[in-house]
Amino acid sequence: MTLTLALVQILNGLQFGLILFLIAAGLTLVFGVMDFINLAHGVQYMVGAYLVAAFTTMTGSFVAGLALALPAALLFGLLLEVLIFRHLYDRDHLDQVLATFGVIIFLNQAVKYVWGAAPLNVAIPDALSGAIEITDGMLYPVWRLVIIAAGLAVGLALYLVVNKTKLGMLVRAGASNAAMVSALGVNIRLLFTIVFGVGAMLAGFAGAMVAPILSVEPGMGDNVLILAFVVIVIGGIGSIRGAFIAALLIGLVDTLGRFFAPTLLKLLLDPSAASQTGRAIAPMLIYILMAAVLFFRPSGLFPSKQ
Amino acid sequence: MKQSFKLAGLAALMSVSALPAMSQKAAAQEKIKVGVIVSLSGAGAVLGQQARDGFNLAVKDLGGKMGGKDVEVIVVDDELKPDVAVTKVKGLLERDKVDFVVGPIFSNILGAIHKPVTENKTFLISPNAGPSSYAGKECNPYFYVTSYQNDQIHQILGNVAQKRGYKKIYLMTPNYQAGKDFVAGVKMDFKGEIVEESFIPLGTLDFQAELSKIASMKPDAVLTFMPGGMGVNLVKQYKQAGLLDRIPFLSTFTVDESTLPAQQDAAIGMFGGSNWAPTLDTPQNKKFVAEYEKAYNSVPATYAFQSYDAAMLINSAVVAVKGDLSDKTKVAAAMKKADFPSIRGGFKFSNNGYPVQDFFLTKVAKRADGKFQTEIVEKVFSNYSDRYAKDCAAQ
Repeated sequence: MTLTLALVQILNGLQFGLILFLIAAGLTLVFGVMDFINLAHGVQYMVGAYLVAAFTTMTGSFVAGLALALPAALLFGLLLEVLIFRHLYDRDHLDQVLATFGVIIFLNQAVKYVWGAAPLNVAIPDALSGAIEITDGMLYPVWRLVIIAAGLAVGLALYLVVNKTKLGMLVRAGASNAAMVSALGVNIRLLFTIVFGVGAMLAGFAGAMVAPILSVEPGMGDNVLILAFVVIVIGGIGSIRGAFIAALLIGLVDTLGRFFAPTLLKLLLDPSAASQTGRAIAPMLIYILMAAVLFFRPSGLFPSKQ
Repeated sequence: MKQSFKLAGLAALMSVSALPAMSQKAAAQEKIKVGVIVSLSGAGAVLGQQARDGFNLAVKDLGGKMGGKDVEVIVVDDELKPDVAVTKVKGLLERDKVDFVVGPIFSNILGAIHKPVTENKTFLISPNAGPSSYAGKECNPYFYVTSYQNDQIHQILGNVAQKRGYKKIYLMTPNYQAGKDFVAGVKMDFKGEIVEESFIPLGTLDFQAELSKIASMKPDAVLTFMPGGMGVNLVKQYKQAGLLDRIPFLSTFTVDESTLPAQQDAAIGMFGGSNWAPTLDTPQNKKFVAEYEKAYNSVPATYAFQSYDAAMLINSAVVAVKGDLSDKTKVAAAMKKADFPSIRGGFKFSNNGYPVQDFFLTKVAKRADGKFQTEIVEKVFSNYSDRYAKDCAAQ
């Protein structure tokens, strides 16, 4: 029984990690290739969730809603890039932080204005809404397995694009030395725009996939943004591979920490205190992990800049 | 020379700014001014909107008049920030010179505005927050609550769990003061085994790790207090994890009409503790629910009805003193009588200004028109007063 529970918790950690990966993948490329700090990345995750909620209500089907939401998230990302972010690439990091923070506030209010402050509901397609029984009494929601599969598929696709195509080669080159790539005659601005659009779409995809599990509400992207930054710092800025491994690491450490910390503390403290402290300690573990990684490898696990 | 010019200018400014203040004071005697301070932005926005709408509906039902005088309602947003609330409420008291303040939704905001309002000898009516802090020794003749004392709602769950003979239960709550109050409230009547007291960090949105643990522990019931967005997520995930058919889900402030539009089918069959439900069978309630739905196109939650009652309470006091609010002792005496037909039927104040009323176990159901609401399952407490009233010196 305990072994099954531990396995189920590993599955939970994996699923959480893959969602983080979808968000962090775009962030790490934007940061790595363009040296641009985009705090508004979390908002794109929120926009993805709202778009899928709106289109699902409109079409009556989640699949159709998702199919419409992805291009819309891409367009929205490109729009932001052209209107706002493009003008910030040459400014210093503090200006970028200020401006993109402003975008967060603006968009959080904007979705509230359009859709209201109440959380929205997105229904899971009927075929995927149940739970499968792993062992006696232990059920696992099918939708979370779908998220795991989708996350792995996107990870594989990104790996192939970044490592096996010309575009991917340019992205990798841009991440290690953007000025040199530009000097060799590559239209770096266009490359930036593509990377930005894809990054925004991936964050939107993550938002769309969690929309049926989590409530779609203003400000939902603010919390995940911090975790996404932790992921890219641990993984090494600009590295997709680093983001993938760091995201899974964080997902597992966070979930298993919440599970094991109270159990282990019960050996030392009384049950009520153990339950309380255990769950309070668990969220700290990822930051301890980050500190440890930075101590031993200051530029992350897989740095893309040499 | 320059100096005296400045002084003259200052004097002129002061006289100009003093004028509107004087004219406002004169106007205040001609109409009744009520300041409504609720959370209209941030995580609690929906609750604040319901309270505001419920209050406005009552004023509309009264024809915009109380005791023959026009009513002016000034709504402000506390932004769910205590410091902002203090600034805003001081604006209501000093600039607008309101006669009554209605609000807030959250207990921590009440903690910030209680003193400024009551020390100004202005009546404060809480349409939701009912912490223990002002129910006992610190009770105040300027403070009234039209909702409940917070512990009572949690106590309902423990009482029901005990009566149903549950042997082992699983408690889950956010890790902050209100969560600890929840655990204490449940323990008042529940005497069986609590297999886990799970304190979740505030802001947690994914409960899957917790749900896996519940599935493996197989308790007789899960009791939880998970307000706002956290509750929306928990309810959806509880159903998705397939637990709803196996382990009963009893909650406070987790499934109500403010969260049901987001939870929908996932919440059907979940239990809650409340002092009211849209199905409560009183003529006032039928009229209220129908009017509210027509005006705002959503099902009212407790916040709306308690705020409606707050307006009716103010009206009853204004009528009793014939619109003359100058003698505060008389107004306080009229308020305490609670001489108005409450939407919940039987309602009176205990000596501490908190209600004496019935409490119910409710259950979520889908209506014929596709909307969701809570419905009354059974009465748990009758004419129930809170346990702090005995420490209040007022009679």
